[in-house]
Formats: sequence, structure tokens, C-alpha cells
Amino acid sequence: MMLKIKDGGNPRPKKINWNLLFFLAPAIILIIIFFFVPVFLTFLMSFTNMSTATGLTGFKIIGFKNYLQILKSQWTLKILKNTLFYVFTTLSLFNVGTALFLAIFSTHISENAGKFVRTLWLLPRITPSVVYATLWTWFTAEAPYGVLNQFLSPLGISSRNWLMSTPWVFIILINGFVGASFGMLIFTSAIKNIPPDYIMAAQVDGASTFQTIRKVILPMIRWPILFVTTYQTLSLLTSFEYILLTTDGGPGFYTTEVWALYAYHNALSNYYGNTLFGFGAALSVFLVILGIIFSIIYLRVFNFRALISEPKIEV
Amino acid sequence: MENYGFKGPIPIIILILICLPIIILYGWLILSSFAVRMEGLKPYGWTLNNWKFLLEKPTFFWQAGEENPNIWVYTFNTLLYSLGITIFTIFICTTAGYAISRLSFRGRRPLLALTIILHSFPSITLLVGIFVVLLFLGLYDRLLGVILVRVALQLPFGIWIMKGFFDSISWDVEMASLVDGCSRLKTWYKIMLPLVSPGILALSVFTFLSGWGDFLFPYIFIPSKTSQTLSVYLRSLTADVRFVDYGLVTAVGLYYMIPIILLYIFAQKYLLNIYTGGTKG
Repeated sequence: MMLKIKDGGNPRPKKINWNLLFFLAPAIILIIIFFFVPVFLTFLMSFTNMSTATGLTGFKIIGFKNYLQILKSQWTLKILKNTLFYVFTTLSLFNVGTALFLAIFSTHISENAGKFVRTLWLLPRITPSVVYATLWTWFTAEAPYGVLNQFLSPLGISSRNWLMSTPWVFIILINGFVGASFGMLIFTSAIKNIPPDYIMAAQVDGASTFQTIRKVILPMIRWPILFVTTYQTLSLLTSFEYILLTTDGGPGFYTTEVWALYAYHNALSNYYGNTLFGFGAALSVFLVILGIIFSIIYLRVFNFRALISEPKIEV
Repeated sequence: MENYGFKGPIPIIILILICLPIIILYGWLILSSFAVRMEGLKPYGWTLNNWKFLLEKPTFFWQAGEENPNIWVYTFNTLLYSLGITIFTIFICTTAGYAISRLSFRGRRPLLALTIILHSFPSITLLVGIFVVLLFLGLYDRLLGVILVRVALQLPFGIWIMKGFFDSISWDVEMASLVDGCSRLKTWYKIMLPLVSPGILALSVFTFLSGWGDFLFPYIFIPSKTSQTLSVYLRSLTADVRFVDYGLVTAVGLYYMIPIILLYIFAQKYLLNIYTGGTKG
């Protein structure tokens, strides 16, 4: 292939490559404006007292005061505990646990029934969050409206607003029903990609279905399990949309407030009308740093480098 | 292999148990939108009154004197918002995806690594920073501003998907076109884009759906009533717990879900591909 193409990437300095500019400029500009600048701004703002009151110009640089305030605040420890509890419980019970169960179960029953289960469980993920939150607030509402109370009253359990009386149970259920589908899809495709020979060999040796799952399938999908675990840890740590839409961190003082929601409340929506951009930014910095660390881990651990192969033919 | 898998009545019972909660949740939504009154899952009387919002805008006593846009304005905004995101995303991801897959230039490797890092970076943590950027650019409280934000945050994912589709096209096709004297740009447009149309379709459906259901970004960055989307409108209907008209809320909710359900039924094959393909790396 001795072909010379004029606008290639051969060393030909000082000539603007218009092609490259056309193909890459829009993406790069948007990424700079909405990724790099905001990351940079978040760090800068965390050292200021910027708020609605000071506006974008009247603020002062206050050094590490925002960070000191986070350390000193009586709520920090509670919110940290909430966050860890929320991430760990939702992740283990649903995003990995239920996901694994659904994937294994739906691949070991008839093809159509399996597809039905997966389709149904994907529904919460594609439902607009506002509609989805409404479904649950109604489900947990007081008698005579709530579905849950209707089921429980024959058992002699008195009526109550379940979302407000046992907020954590429902925060975890609400997030878990959405979260399970991600792992379910990943695990399902991993299980389907296992060569049938392995399973057949186990069957020939007389293994039961359960033994095959435990000794053949689970070890073979441990890599996807690790991937889903780390990926979902990060997304749970930073997500707060469903909590905002259901309990909004309540009931009472910070009962279900997680770190990301706390940052949002301080920076963009608090009860006093004066939102503290600087303090909110300082809270976000922790999440941004965690995000950067996790993302780099993915690049290293999951061997993405192997995927960054050069194009097959260079022009 | 014939004896492999779960057999007998127990799997059927488990199947019903794990599907029941979801069927109840969504069953209630459908029943309630046509019911006069609901107690749990039991409707009392049927009516189409809940759907009146399609013809006239509902007014509430606590909003007396306020001018509320009707449902079509919100629908139009939502359509504009999700179509805007889709069109920008497709254009930028097909160009950048092509460049990363096919062009050779300095900085290609770092750019690809960056795409992957940003792909898993939780962009939601940047809300505060993005808010200030939008204020600075004069794009706060404007639909275009939120559209650009959403496109940017979706880019790493989309570029990665499109790169994968371009990678799978044989180089020979492109070579033939270049030998015939087509420019790189023309080759991209005339030869390559039609070949990756399944990818474009999948990414479009995915982007449109995620835009259509979006709540947080329009909610935070477009406070004005006239450019609000359906999700924010629906939220305003349920905001005050004391006055929630659940008949109306469920009818609006179901109306809001129609495009999603349709796309979900007809484009599911593409969607499933992108949900798994997009995250495999």
C-alpha cells in the first residue's frame, strides 16, 4: 500500500490540519469548558467565601476556612456515616447482590422468561426519575392510599408513612431497584459469553446446576463482578437524585443526607436562600478527588491500555 | 445440557416474586391515571378527568393569578431539549470518534486515555463549577446552556461508543474511497457515516431517552417557568405533599412516559447493546 494521502499526519509542521480541527475541535472545546474549567473552578472556589450574597465578584479568598468548617461541623461525621452506610448497603444488596441473582436466575430459566425478567427490571432505570420517585412515595403512603399499608393491614401492622418512618429501608430499595439493572446486564452478557463446553464438561462430571454455578460460572465472571463493584461504588458515592426526590435528606435533621446531597444543598439549594458556593465547592472537592482517583484506577486495573491500540492503518 | 438450568415449580414462584414489586408499582400508575380515587391498588370509579390537562391547563387555588404554561409548552421544551442533546451528541461523537479511530495525530493516545478517564468520572460532582461557568457565559437559565452541559458530559461515553463502531469497519472500504480521490471529510460523510448507522441509531435512542427523562440539570439550571421541561413540571405538581392530586400526577406521569415506552419496545435491541457495550470499556 504505497499510497500517499495529502492531508495525513506525516511530520509536516506549521501547517494547520483543517481536517483534524473539524473532527476534534467541537469535542475538545466542550470538554474543556464543561470538564476542565469546572474542576479547576471547584478547587479555586473552595478557598473563597463565594455565595449568593457575595455574587461572582464580591467574594474574598479565605484560605482553608471552608475545610476547617467541614472538619469542625457537628454534622460531618453523621453525613459521612450516612454515605458509607448508603453506599455499602445498596451496593452489596442490590447493585451487586440482586444483580448477580437476576443475571444467574434469568439465564437458567427458559429464554423468554429470562428476557421478560430482565426487561422488567430495566424499567426503573429508563423511567424518568420524577415519575419513579412518585411511584414509591405513593407505594409507601399512609392508609388508605398506600399500597404497602393495604398489604400489611391484614397482618395487623398499623398504618404509617413508611418512607418517613423507615427512611433508610426505602432509600436503599428505591436506589437498589434502579441500580440492580446495570450489573444484571453486565453479568448476563458475561454468563452468555462463557463457552458452553465448560458447562457441558461440568455436567458430564455429574455436577448439579447449583454446583456448576458455584464452581464454574461464578469464578469465570469474577472480573465483571469486580468491575461492577468498583464502578457502582463511585456512582453511588456521587448520586443523590433519588434521595433528593423522595426524602430530600430528611425526615428531620440530615437523617438520610449523603455527602453529595449535602454539597448540593449547600451550594445550590438551601432553606435560607443564601447558597454557599464556596463551602459547597469545598464539599465537592472531596468527591471530585475520589472521582479522579477511581477513574485512574479503572484505566490501570481494567487494563484499558490494551484497548487503546493504534488504528489498524495509519494515514 | 438438557437437564441444566432451573426446572420445576420453584423457579416459577421466584420469577413471580421478583417481578411482582415492579408490576405493582407500574400497575398502580396506569390504574390511578384513569381512576376517580384509589385506595392502595383498588380503584373507585373510572374517569378520563385526570387527562383533561391535555386540553386545558390545570389551575390550583394556591397559584391564583399566576400564569402557567400549558402542557404543550412543557412537551415542546422537553422535545427541544432531548432532540438538541441528541443532534449535538451525534455530530460531535461521530466526528471525534472517527478521528480517534482512524486519524493519526500527536496526542491521540493521551486523548483516548482522557476519554476513558472522563467516561468513568462522576460529572455530577461538578454541578457547582458548571453553574458558575454557565453564569459567566450568560447561558444560565437558558435551554441552550443546559443542552451544551448535557452534551459535554455525555461526550466521553458517546465518543467511546462511536470509536468502537468505526473500529469495526474494514479499512479497505475507506481506502477505496480515498484512492478514488475523495477527501477525508467526504469519505467520512459519504462512506463511513452510512456504515456506522447502527451505532448512530443506538446512540441516538440512548441519548434521546436519557435527555427525555432528565430532571436534575433542567431543574437546577433553568428556573424560569417558560422554558421548563416535563420532569420539572411534574415535580412542581408533587412538591407540596398536602395538595397532591394523584390522579393528575399519574396521568401526566404516564403521558410523559409514552415516548419512553414506545422507544423501549421498538428499539430495545439497540438499547441493550449500548447499556452493556458502553460500559465494557
